[in-house]
Amino acid sequence: MGKKRVAIVGSGQTLHRSRRPDVNGQELIHEAVQAALSDADLTLADIDAIVIGNMDHFEGINYVDCWSVDGSGGWMKPVIKLTTGGTTGSTLSIGGYHMVASGLFEKVLIIGWEKNSESDTTGAITTAFDPIWDRLVFAGAISGLAVEAQAYMARYGATDRDAARVAVRDRRHACKNPHAQLRQEVTIEQVLASPMLADPIHLLDVCPRTDGACAVIMANEDVAEKLCPTPDWIWGTANRHSYTYLADVNFGALDSMAGAAKELFAKTGIKEPRKQLQVIELYQPYSFAGIIWIEDLGLVPRGKGAEYIWSGATDLGGELPINPSGGVIACNPIGATGLIRCAEVSLQMMGRAGERQVPEVELGLSTGFGGCMWTDMMLHGKRKPE
Amino acid sequence: MDKVAIIGIGMTKIEADKRGDTFADMAWEAVNLALADAHMTIAEVDNVVTTSNDFWDGRTISCMAVGDATGAGQGKNTSCVEGDGTFGAFYGLTRILSGAYGTTLVTAHSKGSESVSSLITNAALDPIYDRALGLDMVTACALQARAYMHRHGVKPEDLARVSVKNHGNALRNPLAQLPLKLTVEDVLRSEMIADPLHLLDCSPVSDGCCAIILANEQRARRSARQPVWVTGVSCCADAYYLGDRDLAVPRSLAQAAKRAYAMAGIHDPAREVQVAEVYDAFTYQELMWIEGLGLAEAGGAKDRLERGDFDLEGPLPVNPSGGLLGGHPVIAAGLYRMAEAVKQLRGEAGSYQVDGAKVAVAQGLNGLCGQSHCVWTLDNRS
Repeated sequence: MGKKRVAIVGSGQTLHRSRRPDVNGQELIHEAVQAALSDADLTLADIDAIVIGNMDHFEGINYVDCWSVDGSGGWMKPVIKLTTGGTTGSTLSIGGYHMVASGLFEKVLIIGWEKNSESDTTGAITTAFDPIWDRLVFAGAISGLAVEAQAYMARYGATDRDAARVAVRDRRHACKNPHAQLRQEVTIEQVLASPMLADPIHLLDVCPRTDGACAVIMANEDVAEKLCPTPDWIWGTANRHSYTYLADVNFGALDSMAGAAKELFAKTGIKEPRKQLQVIELYQPYSFAGIIWIEDLGLVPRGKGAEYIWSGATDLGGELPINPSGGVIACNPIGATGLIRCAEVSLQMMGRAGERQVPEVELGLSTGFGGCMWTDMMLHGKRKPE
Repeated sequence: MDKVAIIGIGMTKIEADKRGDTFADMAWEAVNLALADAHMTIAEVDNVVTTSNDFWDGRTISCMAVGDATGAGQGKNTSCVEGDGTFGAFYGLTRILSGAYGTTLVTAHSKGSESVSSLITNAALDPIYDRALGLDMVTACALQARAYMHRHGVKPEDLARVSVKNHGNALRNPLAQLPLKLTVEDVLRSEMIADPLHLLDCSPVSDGCCAIILANEQRARRSARQPVWVTGVSCCADAYYLGDRDLAVPRSLAQAAKRAYAMAGIHDPAREVQVAEVYDAFTYQELMWIEGLGLAEAGGAKDRLERGDFDLEGPLPVNPSGGLLGGHPVIAAGLYRMAEAVKQLRGEAGSYQVDGAKVAVAQGLNGLCGQSHCVWTLDNRS
């Protein structure tokens, strides 16, 4: 579909921890960049442009594209910054794709990062909402998610036990991912007994906040196969950022995901996603989304999400593993989180995902979600797209 | 590079305080102006790139505020660049060149009236190593102004002439905020803000929104408007720490300009460009950027300015619109430069029209002291 076909040829992640006092922001960025360059066996001199992003108010640094050049390697290169909230990381991967597909750049370095420990996350998120109409009734990310979960439960009779099954899945998967921050198995009873944060969301249902960065290198079709024997080809992207005021949200379903999925699958010839996809890295910040959003993706009919989760189909070893990395519940450096989804699918496509590898993958999906009920999506393939 | 054109522009009037307008109101106005200008409906816009800054807007995810007004939230693919509008347009261009979209609507907005410029620009400094020094955009740029003046023997009078010219040009631009008839003495007598920058050496911090519509060749040829073609574009970032840079040399601008001119096949920009819209946030910056853009030799801009070369009637008018000194909505300012260049190349600039302009250069920047630049060359000949 693009002028130049584009593939991911390398990626890198930092050590992800709830607090990284050993590095400043530039050093954290540098850690991911070095990991990605070494993964792709490239040097900074090989990079033609940089796309970087985070959420400014989580670190309190303005003009991050400018401030970060010592860490990003952007000195005397084109550097652009993309920021769309929780979707930032996935917006970055889509941005890198367009930059390479444009033919202007052969190899682009994409960096998402966050040092969440340096701020009051909820305080910063609250300022996303309209100061007059929304801000006073909306505290951070979790309250909106709780409304979504309640609306879905009321519509379809799902329970917090159903959601706990998703948390159990992701936290089990995370134990196989050396990059994950939280690597501990939990039981359904432990999830249900964990503190209630915003009814019906328990502590173990929800993502942490993390210090971490991720870097991904994309290259065009002229060089991708020379740089990487098994590049991860990008088949297409779609997104919907369709929310401005709270009252606009259809709580209980994720319309932005349904819209983006419909477009992406139509563009790429996916008729039965459940059969045609082999792996999904879903930006799923809390467990209930693991039930609700797979319905918006079209994997199962409305109201059937929980049943599908309980069948084990989305576990590693099942018919369509979701979040083999452990997902966002296990690790969440916000500006990097969406890009980690993309990097993780690329590892799956390259057959380099280690203990969390899904066998015989042909097509995979990575998504991004933002606190404003937004969705970004990218389809990845082992084969070069037509 | 495949051919891409600008087929629509929309600019709100630049004002000190649009008290009656939210971000969305400004974006709605600019987008509808651009759509009307292009004789298009929002349905014909394939995707949207908005440009905003969370610090200036006082909002996390600042693009959310203009989602509905720009159409970005209405079932379209969209993204948000944080930085000057020229960078938003750059990303919007790559989305067309990728083959994914035929048209991109690009917007950029800011309301300086709701912001505290010194705190916001101080936040651009590293929180550990240099924020506590108290530098902000004005004081950092004063250091750069001094370095540039020292290097090339530039006098306060030379800077003042930029202010006289641009505020004077603004008298002819109905969208400008500060149309002023000034003398060099008026500028030198104005309050000293940060030595060597007087009040009238500094642009205001303004409210405004600009929108442009980019189109691929096929869509541009079908457009009801005369397309203005993008012939070259590039951006480039210099070092972050001011001490790591030679502040008197606009190195990253020269690099971006070199790449853009190479794409456009421009060998001698001083002869081949007929009009320039540059990012004159401060008077000294216009002189520095003119040199960085290759429109004058290093240190040579002041003499050409004094000769009147950059006046509206001169051989190479710079900022005939009045530039940022005439009105500076941060973030949007570079996109206004592009839209003003389009007006010139269409012959629609009214009383500040540059006769026979065929090739224009427009520039925007990010960061303190022009750390990162984006340069566009535009041409009205197909």
